[in-house]
Amino acid sequence: MNKATHRNFIRWRYFKQSVFFTLVRASALVITLALGGIILYIIMNGFSAISWDFITKPPTDAMTKGGIMPAILGTIYLTVGAIATGLPLGIASAIYLTEYAKQGRIIRLIKIGINCLAGVPSVVFGLFGLGFFVIFLGFGSSILAGSLTLGFLILPTIIGASEEALKAVPQTFREASLSLGVSKWQTTYRIVLPNAMPGILTGSILGIGRAAGETAPIMFTAAAYFTAKLPGSIFDEVMALPYHIYVLATAGTNIEATRPIQFGTVLVLVGVVLGIDLIAIIIRGYMRRNKRW
Amino acid sequence: MESNVIISVNQVNFYYGAVRALTDISMKFRKNKVTALIGPSGCGKSTLLRLLNRMNELIDGTRVEGEILFEHQNIYEPHVDPVEIRRKIGMVFQKPNPFPKTIYNNISYGPKLNGVTSADMDELVEQSLKQAVLWDEVKDILNKSAMNLSGGQQQRLCIARALAMKPDILLMDEPTSALDPISTAKIEGLIEELKENYTIIIVTHNMQQAARVSDETAFFYLGNLIEYNKTEKIFTTPDVKQTEDYITGRFG
Repeated sequence: MNKATHRNFIRWRYFKQSVFFTLVRASALVITLALGGIILYIIMNGFSAISWDFITKPPTDAMTKGGIMPAILGTIYLTVGAIATGLPLGIASAIYLTEYAKQGRIIRLIKIGINCLAGVPSVVFGLFGLGFFVIFLGFGSSILAGSLTLGFLILPTIIGASEEALKAVPQTFREASLSLGVSKWQTTYRIVLPNAMPGILTGSILGIGRAAGETAPIMFTAAAYFTAKLPGSIFDEVMALPYHIYVLATAGTNIEATRPIQFGTVLVLVGVVLGIDLIAIIIRGYMRRNKRW
Repeated sequence: MESNVIISVNQVNFYYGAVRALTDISMKFRKNKVTALIGPSGCGKSTLLRLLNRMNELIDGTRVEGEILFEHQNIYEPHVDPVEIRRKIGMVFQKPNPFPKTIYNNISYGPKLNGVTSADMDELVEQSLKQAVLWDEVKDILNKSAMNLSGGQQQRLCIARALAMKPDILLMDEPTSALDPISTAKIEGLIEELKENYTIIIVTHNMQQAARVSDETAFFYLGNLIEYNKTEKIFTTPDVKQTEDYITGRFG
């Protein structure tokens, strides 16, 4: 290869590189713009509806006026309930799968099953919840039934995130702990789990967002069209933000007139999800102190 | 001589799946001595070391034949709890592996879970760190993360952590291979001091190290114990040609 062709060769490589860099930058930009666009759109349309009364008062005048406080509270209850169900169950499953189970065909099958569960449409979870929790176990349409259904819905996300986080804990930590005459469970509980917790929470945040935002699973299991009073126990049904939006936008008494309320509710829902995420992020930050290797 | 024996390995075979890693190993480790296990990579020396505190069984698909007697008890009997064995037989690993905890909590972790009360803990931590010749360097930063220490300090911390369990035996798996020469010298000095109270079994790639620190040396090759004798003898007049070839650097 002589000097001139070599120079052209190098130039060609730089050209290819710049083309690909431009492409990946453009993809990142498109994503950011799409997200920014959605948020901007929601804020522009919904901000005017937001007021102190909107978030602290129940709806009035057949839900065409007033606030959405019962729905906010309901969504918080359901999301916290879903986390309380899904997180321990998901972490426990992941611990079994990564730390205890002998890797083999059965475990592979279980893992495939979990992945399939992640792909099941949410309305199917809703029907399962209706059949199992609401009717068979007799919980009725309630916070309990809705929380459990949402908990099962986010289970695959939490198991997946927990598995990855557990696997990321260096094997040397386990060996060091076991070599000190510490039992396997103590090692898992004292060393592996605390070090995996930030990663587990990162993954679980995705699940939290999904639990707060889903409509179909709570439609048959927890959500009320309208309740004048707040739930008194976990066996009461509640209003919830996603279902409230669905109701206002499709079956309300005056769909057009409630557009601002719909957008306001969407904005509040996004806010609630971000708020719950923020709490998870703060807890994660607290757990991460001292946790680097 | 028999009364000095602390671990006795009898006709041990070890398999990773279908692959045999150790063939018919029989040897006796003596109390309060430093025994070095040497040999080229893959010769089975680390595998043997990890058999002594049942660490190999953490790997799926491994199998042991034969017996390993510790305190007249075959540690591979079904009723023996490996956790009990590991309390008495401590281990230091190739790479320093402190927990992402404070220096103090690294030491107190094992004893606390084995019933040492917090009243006795300060003293135990100090004593262990002193034994590992680390106390003077860390006494003012006990509540700082162990991850901020240098590699050599971390390894001495790991030794202190193992000593805090007051084991009878300390297994060391190439404890200086990730360290600089100065840290290595410190650890070798430490081994010298520790053998007063402990039995030490050390795997090393470094033959000068084996010659410097050990009383007895075992040479392994392809899963077989080729020669086992006093270190002096092994490094001056070995009985087997293979041993001589290895220690003089003709292969390995």
